[in-house]
Amino acid sequence: MIPASFDYTRPGSVEAAVAALAADEEAKVIAGGQSLLPLLRLRFAYPTLLVDLGGISELRGVRDAGDALEIGALTTHYELTRDPLIAAHAGLLAQAAGTIADPAVRHRGTIGGALSHADPAGDLPAVITALDAVLVVTGPGGSREVSPGDFFADYLTTTLAPGEILTSVRVPKLGDGWGYHYEKFHPTAQAWAIVGVAALARRSNGHVAEARIGLTNMGSTPVRAGAVEAAAAGAEASATAMRAAAQHADQGTSPPSDLRAAADYRRHLARVLTGRALAKAAGV
Amino acid sequence: MTATADHEVGRARARKEDARLVTGQTNWTDNITLPGLAQVAFLRSPHAHARITSVNLDAARTAPGVFAVFAGPDVAAEQGSLPCAWPVTEDIVIPNHPPMAVDTVRYAGEIVAAVVARDRYAAADALELIDVEYEALPPVLDMPAALEPGSPKVHAEGNKSYTWTLANGDLDAAFAGAPVVIERTYRQQRLIPEAMEPRAVVVAPVADEFTMWSSTQIPHVLKVMLALVTGIPEHKLRVIAPDVGGGFGSKLQVTAEEVLALILARRLGRPVKWTESRTEGNAAVHHGRDQIQKIRIAAEADGTLRGLDVDLLADMGAYLMIVTPGVPLLGAFMFNAIYKMDAYRFNCTGVFTTKTPTDAYRGAGRPEATYAIEHIMDDLAVHLGQDPLEVRERNWIKHEEFPYTTISGLTYDTGNYEAATALAKDLFQYAELRKEQSARNAASAAVRLGLGVSTYTEMCGLAPSRVLGSLRYAAGGWEHAAIRMLPTGMVEVITGSSAHGQGHETAWSQIVADELGVPFEDVRVLHGDTAISHKGMDTYGSRSLVVGGTALVSACGKVREKARVIAAAMMEVAPTDLEWADGRWAVRGDPDQGKTIGEIAFAAFAAHDLPDGVEPSLDSDATIDPDNFSYPHGTHLCAVEVDTETGWVKIRSYVAVDDIGNVINPLIVDGQLHGGIVQGIAQALFEEAAYDDSGNLVTASLADYLIPSAADVPSFTLARTQTPSTLNPLGVKGVGEAGTIASTPAVVNAIVDALRPFGVTDVAMPCTPERVWRAINSAVNNAPPALGGTTPRQPPAQNQTDGGGAA
Repeated sequence: MIPASFDYTRPGSVEAAVAALAADEEAKVIAGGQSLLPLLRLRFAYPTLLVDLGGISELRGVRDAGDALEIGALTTHYELTRDPLIAAHAGLLAQAAGTIADPAVRHRGTIGGALSHADPAGDLPAVITALDAVLVVTGPGGSREVSPGDFFADYLTTTLAPGEILTSVRVPKLGDGWGYHYEKFHPTAQAWAIVGVAALARRSNGHVAEARIGLTNMGSTPVRAGAVEAAAAGAEASATAMRAAAQHADQGTSPPSDLRAAADYRRHLARVLTGRALAKAAGV
Repeated sequence: MTATADHEVGRARARKEDARLVTGQTNWTDNITLPGLAQVAFLRSPHAHARITSVNLDAARTAPGVFAVFAGPDVAAEQGSLPCAWPVTEDIVIPNHPPMAVDTVRYAGEIVAAVVARDRYAAADALELIDVEYEALPPVLDMPAALEPGSPKVHAEGNKSYTWTLANGDLDAAFAGAPVVIERTYRQQRLIPEAMEPRAVVVAPVADEFTMWSSTQIPHVLKVMLALVTGIPEHKLRVIAPDVGGGFGSKLQVTAEEVLALILARRLGRPVKWTESRTEGNAAVHHGRDQIQKIRIAAEADGTLRGLDVDLLADMGAYLMIVTPGVPLLGAFMFNAIYKMDAYRFNCTGVFTTKTPTDAYRGAGRPEATYAIEHIMDDLAVHLGQDPLEVRERNWIKHEEFPYTTISGLTYDTGNYEAATALAKDLFQYAELRKEQSARNAASAAVRLGLGVSTYTEMCGLAPSRVLGSLRYAAGGWEHAAIRMLPTGMVEVITGSSAHGQGHETAWSQIVADELGVPFEDVRVLHGDTAISHKGMDTYGSRSLVVGGTALVSACGKVREKARVIAAAMMEVAPTDLEWADGRWAVRGDPDQGKTIGEIAFAAFAAHDLPDGVEPSLDSDATIDPDNFSYPHGTHLCAVEVDTETGWVKIRSYVAVDDIGNVINPLIVDGQLHGGIVQGIAQALFEEAAYDDSGNLVTASLADYLIPSAADVPSFTLARTQTPSTLNPLGVKGVGEAGTIASTPAVVNAIVDALRPFGVTDVAMPCTPERVWRAINSAVNNAPPALGGTTPRQPPAQNQTDGGGAA
C-alpha cells in the first residue's frame, strides 16, 4: 500500500480522540482499517491525520445494559460471531457478521467502522436497522443517541458531525418468541451482497405478531421494508403467507444498477429473499 | 549397498520447495534489495484512446526524493518496440509497440511516463504531479464493429491484424444435404490472469553488464528478447526468475515494464525496482481469451459428425505481444477434439481494439476450442434426443484406433476415452442423477438439476520445433537439462524449464532419484537463472515434464554411461560386464560387486585411477526436441443445482477422470487439477474483465473482478486412467492446463442442461445469477425453444413465473 503521506495519532481516550479530530477537519478515524485502507491505497482519500482508536480500551467489547446490549465500536466482526451475550440476545448480528468478507477481514473489521463507513452494500447497517438499535455518538459537545434512520444519510455518508465518533451501538435484547435470519445473496463468499435481507419475526399462537425487515443494498442507505412488516403482522406463520407479505419488499426502495446486478433484478431478489428470510425467522 | 529400495516416481511426495515458500524464507522479486536501489513508478493512461498533446514533468522532477522523470519522447530513441514472436501470416499487421507511449495511447493502462525516486512513496507522490493533456480519440471496443469500413482505427494500418485458415476435407460436401446442421455463436469473455504474486522487476547495472530479476515464466526467452529490443549484447545480460508466485501465462511475456526498467537503470547507472499493485496489474497485465466463436457442425441423422466449420474473431487488444496472434491457432487443432469427421475448416481473424493486449492464459486457445465443441456436441445431442455421452461416443476415436491422425492433422498416439468415461459415469452416479433430474423436472421444482459433460483432450508438451516453424513461430520448442555430480554424491540438476509454482524441484528430484539411484533428498534442482541454467525454453503449455523431463532422463542416461566406464575401472572388469541394477552398476552374475553413482562420483573427483582418455567428470547435459505433442484427455462431469427463482447456481458434485499418462507425483497432479478446475469454473461462473462504453476497465480491483476462493467451490472427486504416452521415455502427457480446459464447458453444459426444459439453449459466460435468471425469463416469456422436437418442454415452476413478472 502506497498512500499519500499523513500524520498519525493514537489517543488513549475518547475525549482525546475527539479533540484530535476536531482540530483537523481533514482528519479521519481509523479502527480496523478494512474500509479506509483500500481508499488510501487507491489514493481516493487524502486525510492529513489518522486518529487510531485502537488504544481506547473502553470502546472494546459487549456489555449487558439491562434491556439492551452495549456494543463497543471497536468490537470486531469475529467477536460479534463469538460473543455469548450477542448469541443470547441479538443472534441476528452474529449471523450476519459471520458472512462478512473472509476471516482476515472479520478479525480486523469493527462494527463501528462498518457502520460509520455507511456502505449500503455492507451487512451490518441493515441488520442494526432491523434490530432498532441506537447509535451512540460522542463529539466535542458530549454524547448523543441517533436512530439508524437518522444516522445513515446517503451512500457512504452519515450524519456524524465533524469531530464526532461513533462510540457504541445499543441493541435492544430480543425477547421471547423472536426468530431471525440474515439472507445474503452474494456471488462469491468474499463479495458484498447483491441484496441482503435482515429479518426478525415474533411468533405468537401460530401467527407472526410482529416483523422487522432491513434491506441491504436496496438504496443509498439501509432500508426498512415497512410494507412487508405491515403485511406480515398478524399473518399466519406459514411459508405461503410470508412469501405473500414479501411481495411488497421492494416498495419504496431505489436499488442501484451496477456491474453486479440491474435494479429490476435487485427488486425481484428482494421479494424472493425476503420471503425466505421471513419464513426462516418465523420458524417455518 | 542399494541407495534406494523403492521407486520415487509415483510417490505422493510433499513438495520440497514449499517449506521456504510458505514460511517466508524465500526471496520473491519484490523482496530483493540492493545498495542504492531506486524505485520506479509508472503513470498510466486513463483513456482508452487519445493523442498525447502535452506532458509537463517539471513539478514531478523537482519533487522531494525524485531522481528522474521520463515521458515517451525521452526514451523513444532507445526503447525499441515490444516483440511479437509469432507473425502467424505473411501479411499480418504488427504495429509498432513502444514500451512507453510517445504520441498516442491505445488502451487505458498504457504507460505514458515514469518516475524514478528514492522510495515508492516519493515515486507515487511525484506521479500525481505529472500533467498530461490528452485529445480524446474514439474508443474501439466491439470486434465486429471494428471491422466495419467506417470504424475508427486503432492503428493507421487498420483494425484487422490477420486472417489465418486451416482446412482439410471437403467442407461443402459435408454440409450439403447433411440431415442435421447446427450453428451457434459463443462468446469467450475477456479474463484477467490473477497470479498470486504481482509482477515485479529489479535491474542492477554493473559497468556495461546488467542483471535483471523478474517475476517471469520465461527468463531465457526474456534474455534473448531484451537483447534484441534494447541492443544490449546478449552476453552482457543475465536474467533471474527467483521464486515466482504463479503465472498462468501472464508472465510468459516481454513486458513494457521490464524493458523500461532496463533502460532506466542504464540511464541512471543505478539499480531500480518496480512492483505493481493489483489494480495496476489488472489493467496492464496481458488479458486472456476474448473471442467470438461462430461454429457450425453437420451430422448424419444418427449424430455421426460429417463436418465442422469454425469462424473466430479474436480480440488482440491494442497491440500484439509475444504470442498474441498465435493463441487462437493453438485452438485451431483442438476444435475437432476427440471426434472423427470428414471435413474441417478453421478461420480466425485477429482484431485490434482499444483494450489491454491479450495473450496466453492457462490453456491458451485450447479452452476456447474445447468449450465450443463440447457445448455444440450437447446441442447436437439435444437436437437428436440423445444423451450427450451417447452422441460423443458415436463420434470419438475408439481406443483400438490409436495412433490416429485427426482432421486437423495431429497424430494422437494413445488414449482411451471409453475407459475414462466409464469410470467417470460410475463415480458420478450418472444414471441416478439423470433420474433425479427427471423427477425434479416432472415436479416443476424450483431448484432444477443439470448434468454437464466435458470429454476433452488437449495438446501438451509445446512443442516440436519443426511444427512451430511451420506455424511461423520465431523460436523452437526444445528443452535442456544438465546434471552436476558433486564429489559427495549429491546431485545438482539444472533445468531450462522455469518453475513458478509447478513443483519442478520435487518432481525432478523424484525422476533423478530413480534414474541415478540416489536418495530424493540428495537432489537439488536449480532453475530460473540464465547464468546457472544457460539454455532453456521455459515453462508454459504444459511442457516442462513432457519436454524438460525427457531432457532430464536423457542427461541422466549420459551420467550413467560415463559412470559405467569409471565403475568398470574401479572393479577391474570390462564396462560390458556391468549392468545397471537396483540403482547402481553391478557386475553381471555377481550382484554383490557394484558401485553406486555416489561412489563413482567420488572416484571421478579424486581421479587417481581413471583409465586413459576418460575425463574426470560425470557431468552431462541433454537438449531434446520433441517429435510430437502429447495428448492428455479425460471426462469431467458436473452436477449443478439451479435455483430458478434467483438464478443461483450451486455446483453439487464434480467428477474428473483424467488420463495424463504416467504420474510422477500424484499429490502435485491433484493440486494442478484442483487449481485448474477452479480456474475453469471461474470463467464459467465468476470472472469477466468488463469495460465501460468509453473503454475504461471497470473490473480494476478484486472487489469488482470476482475470483472464487475455496469457499465457492465443492470438493472434487478425482480419479485417473492411464494410457502412457508413447512419445517420451517417462510416458507422461502434461497436466498443467487440463483442469482449466475441461471444467468450463462441464459447468456451462450443466447449467444449460438444467434450463433446457424452459427453452434455454445457452447462457453467456460468466453465468452469473442475473444472467441465469434472465435466460430463464426471456426463454419462458418470449421465445420458443430454439431446438425443437425431442426435448420435453416442462412448464416453468409456478413461483418462478411470479418472480419473472418483475422484470
